[in-house]
Amino acid sequence: MDRREFFAAGAGLLLSAVRQTQDTSAGPSGRLYDPSWVTSVQPVTARDNDAAIQAIEKRIKCTCGCGLDVYTCRTTDFTCPVSPKMHAQVLALAASGNSAEQIIAAFVQEHGIEILMAPPRRGFNLIGYYTPYVLILAAGVALLYAMSRWVRRGALSPTTGDVGTVGASAAELEGLQEALRRTEA
Amino acid sequence: MTLLGGLALWVAFILGAWGALTGFLGGARGRADLIASSRHAVYALCGVLLVAVVCLEVALFRHDFNVEYVAAYTSRNLPIFYTWSALYAGQKGSLLFWATVLSLFGALAQLLTAPRHRVYLPYVGAITSLVCTFFLSVMVFDFISHANPFDRLPYTPVDGNGLNPQLQNPGMVFHPPMLYLGYISITIPFAFAMSALLSKRLEADWLVAIRKWTLLSWLFLSIGICLGMWWAYVELGWGGYWAWDPVENASFLPWLTMTAFLHSVMIQEKRGMLKKWNLALIIGSWLLSIFGTFITRSGVIASVHSFTQSQVGWFFAGFLVLAATASFWIYATRLPLLEADAQLESMVSREASFLFNNLLLVGIAFTVLFGTLLPILTELFSGTKVTVKAPWFNSVNIPLGLLLLLFTGIGPLIAWRRSSLPNLKRQFAVPAAGGVLTTLAVLAAGMRDFYPIIAIGLAGFVFTTIVQEFWRGVAARHRQYGEAWLLALGRLFARNRRRYGGYVVHLGILILFIAFAGYAFKTETEATLRPGESVSLKSPYGWTYRFTHLGISQYPALNRQVTAATVDVTRDGKWIGRLETEKRQHVDAEGNPTFQPSTEVGIKSDMREDLYIVLAGVVNGSEQAVYRFTINPLVWWVWYGGMIVALGGLVVMWPGGGSVSVRREQAGYGVKLVAKQ
Repeated sequence: MDRREFFAAGAGLLLSAVRQTQDTSAGPSGRLYDPSWVTSVQPVTARDNDAAIQAIEKRIKCTCGCGLDVYTCRTTDFTCPVSPKMHAQVLALAASGNSAEQIIAAFVQEHGIEILMAPPRRGFNLIGYYTPYVLILAAGVALLYAMSRWVRRGALSPTTGDVGTVGASAAELEGLQEALRRTEA
Repeated sequence: MTLLGGLALWVAFILGAWGALTGFLGGARGRADLIASSRHAVYALCGVLLVAVVCLEVALFRHDFNVEYVAAYTSRNLPIFYTWSALYAGQKGSLLFWATVLSLFGALAQLLTAPRHRVYLPYVGAITSLVCTFFLSVMVFDFISHANPFDRLPYTPVDGNGLNPQLQNPGMVFHPPMLYLGYISITIPFAFAMSALLSKRLEADWLVAIRKWTLLSWLFLSIGICLGMWWAYVELGWGGYWAWDPVENASFLPWLTMTAFLHSVMIQEKRGMLKKWNLALIIGSWLLSIFGTFITRSGVIASVHSFTQSQVGWFFAGFLVLAATASFWIYATRLPLLEADAQLESMVSREASFLFNNLLLVGIAFTVLFGTLLPILTELFSGTKVTVKAPWFNSVNIPLGLLLLLFTGIGPLIAWRRSSLPNLKRQFAVPAAGGVLTTLAVLAAGMRDFYPIIAIGLAGFVFTTIVQEFWRGVAARHRQYGEAWLLALGRLFARNRRRYGGYVVHLGILILFIAFAGYAFKTETEATLRPGESVSLKSPYGWTYRFTHLGISQYPALNRQVTAATVDVTRDGKWIGRLETEKRQHVDAEGNPTFQPSTEVGIKSDMREDLYIVLAGVVNGSEQAVYRFTINPLVWWVWYGGMIVALGGLVVMWPGGGSVSVRREQAGYGVKLVAKQ
């Protein structure tokens, strides 16, 4: 390779590197190198950020199978084909003057109660909401009762369960008990 | 290699069955030859399963796409890091991983158990072998379960499917093994508990033998859960870290019952009480770990995290029913041997507060289990399908969680056996003042949300309790031994790691509660921006962030095509950094798209709040980008709270520490003072 060939090869390499750099960045028109690499979405509207709309969507489950609410699903990966349609439905219902509860009711009518992220607090569902509290409360009452029995039983048999005993006078015992209390505190 | 792997599974199955049989027989008849044979089978089982794991890893690294599992979870362009973790990315591989780790823990239990506790080992070996044999049976009876990781395809694909992009995250390399280690290691304390029941050696010895194991599995579960939260936050792009998904709940359930056990076991060690309860907690924790596996693998409850639905779930359901029946039957027959050595002396004692703490922990576990199963129960009893997601779990669990936080503060303040009124006043005065002052401070700062105010107020109470405990301990050493303050603190830890390590865990928990309270103040907005355009978002702290879209770049990477959007961020007009968020289209070796596009979140984190930016996509192939901007207060504290919990767990676990008398007391010895007649 002579000097001319060497510089020609170098210039060729430089040009190809520049071309590659241009190819993989946004073009002068603001178009992407390859739009198929990225999700194409609609521009955000003011209604998309409406807190009232978001609050409604957070109560409705997306039916795509993700288990998320409509708002979270449509703003998470932005690839779900279902949640944007449900969002559009919420917007349409709101635009036609429906209140939040009416919009929710419309979804329940269409999909059943399963569409709600949590069952409504009425009828049979109340069992679902209050069973844990009732059972924990009942267990608490039972525990208090059992504890009071244990305490009574313990008072009747003060030496029960001793692994070992230490002989001491009442005064010594009082002093030791006080020392024990101080240590354990 | 796969032939060897398949053969290893069968050999392991036979070894497991032999180890179980000889262990049970040897334990029951006291035959040394059978016991030795069982122990050798446990070691051999571990060795053979390690061979199977090596065979599968070799197939993964050699891209042997004729192996169905390799073709399903890897591809030629998958980074090496994730090729390794593909071992447990799918159902079949994770079963092998589970069985291998269990056999390893079983062998370690045989090796590391102190001589004075070796009497339990025949049954321990039998039980770990039996559980391992069950996992192996799922794999080797492939004609029913279709779960043999060495299954071959009738053809060899040119390339594999690749790993789900959301699993291509460092968090997913460490999170599943940590959770598995937590789930699996519960089998060892369970095996010791069952061994104590079977051999009727129900004195405190078995508790001492399992202390490190219970802490270890609790620690693994804690770290695994925290890593899972971190992965969900940085990878999934929804801006949260916990969604009460059934699979998340499945990991939380044994954590709750193990936490209850770690508290109640202290009562048995110190006072010889709660023997029945502690055994029930250990058995329950282990059954919950199997239940979690059933949920993850059966598809009976819809979850985004589930493995593919298969017959494997029904293997687990059957095993769960059999194991629960056998365990509780043995437990019931031994109840007369489990009478308490001592009685509760007062309703105002640390024992009593621990009992309420246990009630709440088990109550929350029940609530989570109930909520997870509620869709099935409702359909069964009312014929209506319902969805039970975060709103239900939050509404039911938040009050219980706050009550638990209160007991986290109360427990350490009450003395063992009984507390007098002056003692209570002395103990509670400063922490109560701390709680009240914290509540007033957040009210003065303008916070008006009920639950966050209560959470932060209670955290103030618990924090002051912990500080008071440390202060009194350090001051006592400083006074008594003339030690410098720092030296006194160090020795305080060194001499009673269990107690002060426990306080460190409490500190981590209260930090987590504060961080969870911060989630209530999450702020977000969506925006469409051209290069150079900006959008503003007000932080809950009062300042204003301005996000400016700089532009979009596209470039190919190893196994993906990346579209990266860059955003400049200012806070109240001052530039604070630049964030990048990506859309990734994963491709195979030929450049063909493999999965749905995935999101890489841009996060800027500090102690006060996280800026969390997600690129939703672009408008008509242009640089006009659609973003979601989120401000997440106090998320930083979730990760550091989790680390502090883990650190506290390590301090508690660290070998040594404590005087001989303390260790004796922990081992169940005790002396009670009685008046000389």
